[in-house]
Amino acid sequence: MRVAVTGLGCVTPIGNTIGAFREAMYAGRSGIAPLEGNYRGALSQDLGLRFTSTAMVRDFEPSGLPTSVLNSTDRSAQFGIVAAQQAIQQSDVLRRYDPADMAVITGCACGGRAADEEASRELYTRNARVPPSVILRTMASSGVSYIATLHGITGPVLNLATACASGTHAIGMAFQMVRSGMVSAAIAGGNEAPLTFGFLRAWDSMRVVSPTSCRPFSADRDGMTLGEGAAMMVLEPLEDALARGVRVYAEVVGFGMSADAHHITQPQASGAALAMERALVDSRQAGIEDPKRETGYINAHGTGTLANDAIEAHAIQIVFGEAAIRVPVGSTKSLTGHAIGAAGAIEALATVLSLDGQLLPQTAGVTNIDPALNLDVLTGVPRNMPPDHPIALSNSLAFGGLNAVLAFRRLIP
Amino acid sequence: MNDVEARITDLIAKTKNLPPATIGMDTTFDELQIDSLDKINLSFEVEEMFSIQIPDESLHALKSVGDVVRGVEKLIAAAPQHPATT
Repeated sequence: MRVAVTGLGCVTPIGNTIGAFREAMYAGRSGIAPLEGNYRGALSQDLGLRFTSTAMVRDFEPSGLPTSVLNSTDRSAQFGIVAAQQAIQQSDVLRRYDPADMAVITGCACGGRAADEEASRELYTRNARVPPSVILRTMASSGVSYIATLHGITGPVLNLATACASGTHAIGMAFQMVRSGMVSAAIAGGNEAPLTFGFLRAWDSMRVVSPTSCRPFSADRDGMTLGEGAAMMVLEPLEDALARGVRVYAEVVGFGMSADAHHITQPQASGAALAMERALVDSRQAGIEDPKRETGYINAHGTGTLANDAIEAHAIQIVFGEAAIRVPVGSTKSLTGHAIGAAGAIEALATVLSLDGQLLPQTAGVTNIDPALNLDVLTGVPRNMPPDHPIALSNSLAFGGLNAVLAFRRLIP
Repeated sequence: MNDVEARITDLIAKTKNLPPATIGMDTTFDELQIDSLDKINLSFEVEEMFSIQIPDESLHALKSVGDVVRGVEKLIAAAPQHPATT
């Protein structure tokens, strides 16, 4: 069975609608900006951070959600619920399928950090009681539960926490469920809101955050920039989607997973290559004979750290060999920041929109590509995608060596 | 409307996103669509607001706004009086 992407929704630092996201992506307008967080309780005006920027969601208005939902959710879950609403409404998927046969799968690794940190601060500084709502607001699965509840979806509903690959794993598992016929359709994606003071301090200590701004694959790259947000998509059988006349943005054709089984922070090129290889092999189930030859875009994990980008370039070379230099590679993290558990979903969204428009986004803010990487990095202005290379990969390479790669294809009716 | 009644009415109005004028002493939890989770959240807020502790058995018996107000007034009256500090 072939699987189509028919609905999209997002809340991101570069836009809270699909139209705004697409426009900012091609304009290269980054959501990375100087820190503006309200870190109430910080003991000093000096936040003690070596970096000064994050990618925050702006102008997010969750007031349309029921009061009961607002009382029991953190910012992360609210991002996910709103993004899912957009995707569901746009695809009109609930009019076609029985919600009892549908799945909702999300990726959220950090849970409700703001609620957790606020309650902990009150507890440990003045022995305060902890409100019962903290339990609900800190659950990493509260977003997926409310998406199911608000739309009456009673099939498999779960949240995956695989660090920076969570959103990609979620879409991949949903794809497998739809392709196998286990469910008739699925809502899948990721949500995360980790820009809390404690989390920023911890990342500062990890010494991988850029003191300037995320510049993936650049010769002068100096780290990642933290972000937040959500992206959700509707997956359903392509045949049904075409029959009901709904817009098909792209096909999901493959999914590959692997573990480095090596180190909690040091990535391995072999592990990343294995996940990419498996996604490409998996795409043969969609009738693709030579998926490597047809690959025309890689939306890389591309965090902008020295280690990630070098390892990922090596992985691409393992998979594609001498042809690696002919595959356009880009990262959208210099636009959106790194949204941890939501990152893979936001990048899957960027990949799907690129296939829909047959236009590949440039890696914003990067002009001086690291020659040692030996990749065709997308820079400058958006580039047309060649019609005979309709496959795109979206890579997620998480801390802990958890790798997930999605393969999408431009719709070929 | 006394102070306890006013503060509890405001708290419920805020929690349920309702105009305070729609909430009276005779208004029931069913009418306000206050479910078991709302009751747990409200009891926490009320305990914090008045520095009291609502026993579990009393919580289960609460069915209306008036029940809460009367229960809180009793608990305040029963609380040990702390001497004023100077």
